[in-house]
This record gives sequence, structure tokens and C-alpha cells, in this order.
Amino acid sequence: MPTIIFNRPDNRSERVDASAGDSVMQVATTHGVDEIVAECGGNAMCATCHVYVDERWIARLAPMSEEEDELLHGVAAERLPNSRLSCQIKITPELDGLVVRLPDRQI
Amino acid sequence: MSASGFTPSAGVPHMDIDPFSIEFFEDPHPAHEVLREAGPVVWFDKWKVYGVARHAEVHAVLNDPLTFCSSRGVGLSDFAKEKAWRPQSIILEADPPEHARTRAVLSRVLSPTVMKQLRGSFVAAAESRVEALLAKGSFDAIADLAEAYPLSVFPDALGLKPEGRENLLPYASLVFNSFGPPNRLRQDAIERSAPHQAYVAEQCQRENLAPGGFGACIHARADAGDITAAEAPLLVRSLLSAGLDTTVNGIGAAVYCLARFPDQWARLRSDPTLARNAFEEAVRFESPVQTFFRTTTRDVEISGSRIGEGEKILMFLAAANRDPRRWDRPDEYDVTRKTSGHVGYGSGIHMCVGQLVARLEGEAVLSALAKRVSTIEITGPATRRFNNTLRGLESLPVSIKAA
Ligand code: HEM
Ligand code: FES
Repeated sequence: MPTIIFNRPDNRSERVDASAGDSVMQVATTHGVDEIVAECGGNAMCATCHVYVDERWIARLAPMSEEEDELLHGVAAERLPNSRLSCQIKITPELDGLVVRLPDRQI
Repeated sequence: MSASGFTPSAGVPHMDIDPFSIEFFEDPHPAHEVLREAGPVVWFDKWKVYGVARHAEVHAVLNDPLTFCSSRGVGLSDFAKEKAWRPQSIILEADPPEHARTRAVLSRVLSPTVMKQLRGSFVAAAESRVEALLAKGSFDAIADLAEAYPLSVFPDALGLKPEGRENLLPYASLVFNSFGPPNRLRQDAIERSAPHQAYVAEQCQRENLAPGGFGACIHARADAGDITAAEAPLLVRSLLSAGLDTTVNGIGAAVYCLARFPDQWARLRSDPTLARNAFEEAVRFESPVQTFFRTTTRDVEISGSRIGEGEKILMFLAAANRDPRRWDRPDEYDVTRKTSGHVGYGSGIHMCVGQLVARLEGEAVLSALAKRVSTIEITGPATRRFNNTLRGLESLPVSIKAA
């Protein structure tokens, strides 16, 4: 079972067991990681599931779609080169140990 | 079994409930429970259609648009058999792959980035509306707030002319009644529709839309080649159809909840940053858009029930939003609930493209109330407004006091 590590804005960190096939957003919202709001439920419409992917992992993710790129312009916290929408990151066994940092706000 | 839809497949429970009757609309929740508990799929004898009322099945149907199509109409009327009462919507009533193109245009016009630009003016308008209502003390929370606020921001954001805006709510009410069966509500609405239709057709034209508004932005996408010049007015029409009455009923629902549940109002007042979630929870709890239909494009099985090709399926969004299989304490309004996953805005490719506008309006109003008002008291009978698709009030007399 892949493990995902969420680093909170206050530097507390959370290790969560994830199932392959779920999105990082689903893992967060079903494990009480409240920094992920996910208003649209993963339909790539709201940009309230923003995360910063750890530099060591960013290149290992599938590239983002044009829609995700456009939505990321509208995120509430600062957009950085490693910004992604967590609902668009599908968990695979290769992502075991993935580290993401959570922004301080989503709205 | 039959595509002509006279009998359902074996094993599907028959319901003699009419989900489009006034009695049903008066209090739909007990009937929703009956539908949910009868089985994963039910059959309505009166209208000869299937129905799904549990969260899992509603979600599954919404997320399989190739099997459960929208192009044959998202109302009872099957466009493969009957002419649509107006030219078909090129987004709501379109299927993949065509849907993606028109959808991309509206997604961009109503994107998170655009909402950031609108936020300041939407918030200021909500604050001044609440100040004016505090000065009045007693008022109708539907006409003076739930309608007045969206009317003060949305038509301007679209870029509509000041003249003729009184047609907007009647037109929207017509559109949402038209998804229902040929009952009194639908017939009356269509009979009286000519002036409203003429108004809307006129306002969708480029020369009638102010620069910088949603309407002008849609027409600009035609210049960019994303849509044709003939498609642009039809996409503007989608915003005129779906962008106003929905938020009126959403805001009305939220105010009605906060007035009825004082503990939740107190919770919101103690933390006004809950405003956005309090609105979202009202959309789950009341489901301003109650239902939509799909039509099957092939023989299919849903949770063990076989359904033939060409059958209409009625999805009860409101019943799914209170399904105890999915929600804890489904019949409680809780401003701190994790609402993600509700289907009040639908789900999948057709999920409300205007959801960010709706949330912005709802948040602005509830946040202004939470900051400035101490009590909301219902001072007279809340009366219902009946529509085949929308749920909301006609009138809600209240009085409020300053904090
Ligand atoms: C609380 C307010 C609202 C509610 C409850 C609501 C509900 C819905 C629902 C349930 C759908 C899905 C229809 C389907 O699956 O067949 C939808 C789609 C749609 N909504 Fe909303 N809506 C709201 C506000 C708005 C606003 C403010 C706009 C415009 C600015 C809008 C424009 C649309 C459009 C154009 C579609 C069609 C999208 C598509 O087919 O891809 N809605 N809405
Ligand atoms: S959950 Fe809405 S964009 Fe990811």
C-alpha cells in the first residue's frame, strides 16, 4: 500500500496509507487532511485541492493537462513551479513515499 | 424491457408516486426515503420512466455520459421522439466528444481566476445589501435578499442592459419547469413564454452585451475560433437560463436554514469564515436543483436491474444528498460538515460550470450576515414556490437585528 506524506503549513506532517487508483485529493479528504477542500469533488473545476509537490517527486508525476494548468492560475495561495491539483494526481505503486506540502489557504 | 417504455424490467419496484406533483413538492423528503429504500432502481408508473435516488447510483449515472446521455434531453421529453421546445442547449444537452468544446469555453469564462477579479465587487454588494436590510429591520428574505442580491450582481457580471431584466426570473422558471412532464406547471410556463424567449434571444446577441462581461467573453471565444459565431449566443443563453434562479434558490435555502437552526447560526456567527461551507451545506441539504434526467444509449445494468436502450432515467439529486448510505446525520443541517461529494451541482462532465459563481455569491451573502447581524427571526408563514425542477420558497418574512 503506497504511503503519502502530507506536510502541513505549520510543519506538522501526516503519513497516510493510500490505495492505488485513488487520487491524492481522495486520500487527503478521507483521512482528515482538512487543508484539502476539494469543493468540486475531484472534477477539476474548483482549484481548492492545491498542493506543492516535493521537488524530488515532481518529475515522476504524469504531466498536467492544459485544463489543470489553467486552473492553477486561479489558486488562492501562491502558484509555484511545483504546484499541482491533488485531484489530478492518481496514486500508483511507484508513488509510494510521495511527499506533498499543503498551502495555507485554498479559497 | 421496452424502448417504448410501457413496462419496466422484472424486479424493478413500481412506484405510484408522482414526483412532479404539488403534494410531492410540498414535502419531498418522506417520498425520497421511500424511493431510496424501495431499491437501487425504481419505476414510475405515471410517467413510465426509471428513477435512481441513492447516492451511489446517482453518482454512477452522472459519471457515465456515453451510456446515460444528455443529448436526448435532460428533461422527460425525449428529443429523439419529440421536438425540443427551444433550440437544444449546446452544453447541457450535448454529449462527448462535442460537449468538451463548448464546456471548455464556459469553464474559462467562469474560471477561478475570473472569480478572483469579481470577488471584491460581489462582497461589497452583499455588504451594502445587508446594511440596507438592517435599516429596514423586517423584510421578505426571498424578494429582498435571495432575489435582490443575485439580481444586483449577476446581470452586470454578464454585461446585460438595464432594460428588460424583469424577464430573467420568469425565463429561468420556464426553463426549469420545462424539464418536467407535460403537467400544469410546464404547460402554463410554455404558454406564457413568448415575451421572455424574445427578450433572451435578443440579449444573447453580441451588440447587447457590455465589454468585459461573461457574455462578451463568450463572443470573444468565437473570434479565437473555439466556437462558431452562431454558437456564441447559445452559450450566453445557457448562463441566462441557469445562472440566476439557481443562486436565488441557493441563497434562499441557506437563509431559511440559518433562520430555522439557531445553533448553526450561532456557530456561523462565531466563525464567519464558515460562510462558504454553510452555503455549500445548504446546497446539499435543500438541493435547489432537485432532479435531472438522462436517456440510455444501450441496454445496461444498474446494480442488478436491466434497463433497455432509449429509456429515460430520473436522477434524484436531492435524495442522493440525504442518502444515509453516504452521509452521517443526513437530515441535519451542519455548517461544519465535510460536504465534498454532494451532487447538488451534479458530478462528472456536466457538473455545474457556474459553481464558482454560485459559491462566491453564497459566501458573500452569508459572510455579510454573519458579521453584521445578531438574530434572524421568522415572522410569518414561509410559503413554497412550485417548479418541476427547482426547490425554493416564494416568501419568507423575517426580521433581523444588528450585531
Ligand atoms: C446554487 C446554484 C446552482 C445549482 C444548485 C446548480 C446546479 C446545476 C446542476 C445540478 C447541473 C448539472 C446538470 C446535468 O448534469 O445535467 C448544472 C449545470 C450547469 N450549470 Fe449550474 N447550478 C447553480 C448555479 C449556476 C450558475 C451561477 C451558473 C452560471 C453562471 C450555472 C450554469 C450552469 C450550466 C451552463 C450548466 C451546464 C453544464 C454542462 O452541461 O456542462 N449554474 N448546474
Ligand atoms: S477537487 Fe476541485 S479541482 Fe481538484
